[in-house]
Amino acid sequence: MNKKENLKRIAKEIRLAIINMISEAAHGHPGGSLSCVDILTTLYFDKMNVKPDNPKWEDRDRIVLSKGHAAPALYATLAKKGYFSEKILSTLDKLGSILQGHPDMKSTPGLDMTTGSLGQGLSAANGMALAGKLDKKGYRVYVILGDGELQEGQIWEAAMTAAHYKLDNLTAILDFNGLQIDGPNREVKNIEPVNEKFKAFGWHVIEIDGHDFDQIDKAIEEAKATKGKPTLIIAHTIKGKGVSFMENQVGWHGSAPNEEQRQKAIQELEGSGV
Amino acid sequence: MAMATREAYGKALVELGAKNKDVVVLDADLSKSTKTADFQKVYPDRFFNMGISEQDMMVTAAGLATCGKIPFASTFAIFATGRAYEQVRNSIGYPHLNVKIAATHAGITVGEDGATHQSIEDISLMRGIPGMVVINPADAEETRQAIFAAAEHYGPVYIRLGRMAVPDIHDQNYKFELGKGEVIREGKDVAIIATGIMVAIAIEAADKLKEEGIEATVVNIHTIKPIDKDLIVEVAKKTGKVITAEEHNIIGGLGSAVAEVLSEEYPVKIKRIGIKDQFGQSGSPKELLKYYGLTAEGIVKNSKAILKIS
Repeated sequence: MNKKENLKRIAKEIRLAIINMISEAAHGHPGGSLSCVDILTTLYFDKMNVKPDNPKWEDRDRIVLSKGHAAPALYATLAKKGYFSEKILSTLDKLGSILQGHPDMKSTPGLDMTTGSLGQGLSAANGMALAGKLDKKGYRVYVILGDGELQEGQIWEAAMTAAHYKLDNLTAILDFNGLQIDGPNREVKNIEPVNEKFKAFGWHVIEIDGHDFDQIDKAIEEAKATKGKPTLIIAHTIKGKGVSFMENQVGWHGSAPNEEQRQKAIQELEGSGV
Repeated sequence: MAMATREAYGKALVELGAKNKDVVVLDADLSKSTKTADFQKVYPDRFFNMGISEQDMMVTAAGLATCGKIPFASTFAIFATGRAYEQVRNSIGYPHLNVKIAATHAGITVGEDGATHQSIEDISLMRGIPGMVVINPADAEETRQAIFAAAEHYGPVYIRLGRMAVPDIHDQNYKFELGKGEVIREGKDVAIIATGIMVAIAIEAADKLKEEGIEATVVNIHTIKPIDKDLIVEVAKKTGKVITAEEHNIIGGLGSAVAEVLSEEYPVKIKRIGIKDQFGQSGSPKELLKYYGLTAEGIVKNSKAILKIS
């Protein structure tokens, strides 16, 4: 199996895990979890320099899931990568679980930052990137932003900070699926043009199809090669990607599938040709 | 000598920066007022001006802390605790990150800028965050030692500092201990439990009371959280009457913290001196202290009232 096929296989397994986790918890955010799977898969299984048996290794690449409601996607990825047993995934959201509803770095091995309150992740990633520069470390910092959270003012404060301090060891990836709780971004409060906005703030910007592994790969490499400024990868994605009845449906932002829907979703994912 | 605790903070940071290379300082465009400019001059590489964006500053500090840095995030108390409250709660408090929040210009004595700049709820907000240590030093030497103690303590710490000069109470022989109160004066009739700039005023009040034959115990509670329960109970047992004095709303600050301890452990009569649940206004610091009754005379009046002496 070549690299791309392998990544596709892993992404499919992560999507299956997400559906099962959220179904069992009867709680969670399937739409935005499924949309960022291909990005997380590429980062953890191809790009990031990490040691699952030593999660706090100080030279590791770091990731901040600013859109913290996509926690199931990150948990499934971390488990697949070997940070903890995949059996633990079924404890999502349950009392005493190491898998909290939103990422809690004190609970889950491999989490670099506690997130969930939208708009804060980019600032945290900036702090990590600043520390990397200060200590002359070679690690890179990745932050996954949601499109809705660009409506938070702090994102723009942080965008200025990253450009001001020339954080070229930082890559932000926007999981741009176009939908938020109350509807499409453009109807709730338009965030466009994202590309021009970030460019005006001093960033290098790349736009890709966030489900095309070749494009994700190329964009991350381009970000690594970009010096003197941070890079934003605008990844155009599909909310609920991989499950036909969830795709591009606002209603699947924050509701769990029932048993029938779960079976249907699993069937579809398993049937998808990888 | 008199020095503002913010001045002492600036000097302490420079001293700390030499000892501990992990210390980094962030400011939100107020470095000349918060005195972090002193640190910037000596350690420009370890100083980050975040501009006027306190929310971003707090979470950037959190990110730095995840990488082993000891960030001192500095701005006026109203912005540190009010503007950036949820950032402090969710990105510093909840993950229990090693960030020190140094908040200057606290209380009404920021003065002329008026109510928008006078933080009278900051202690309340910060002590409500699980795991947050809250320190309110009384003078320059206590500030210096508190800054060192904060750097040594792993976890989030809120340090409340003031704009105006306050008299020296402590010298270099003083030993600051996190979480412990300090008995400054012993007396059997009434206990005056004070914090921050009110400690010097409480001492002055005790002198005045003595002239009238009333013996007051004066306690300095520099660490409001975790609070020194044992000492508070001890002085309450000894005097049976307690006055609290703080430059903060009487709701949620030292007075509330002492009342919480005593109501559970040893109920006695308490009178809380502070801002009586109202917003401040413009004025000189001295005028404001007088207007809101945060004076030695105010403490004397309340002490007599609690002793039922007119």
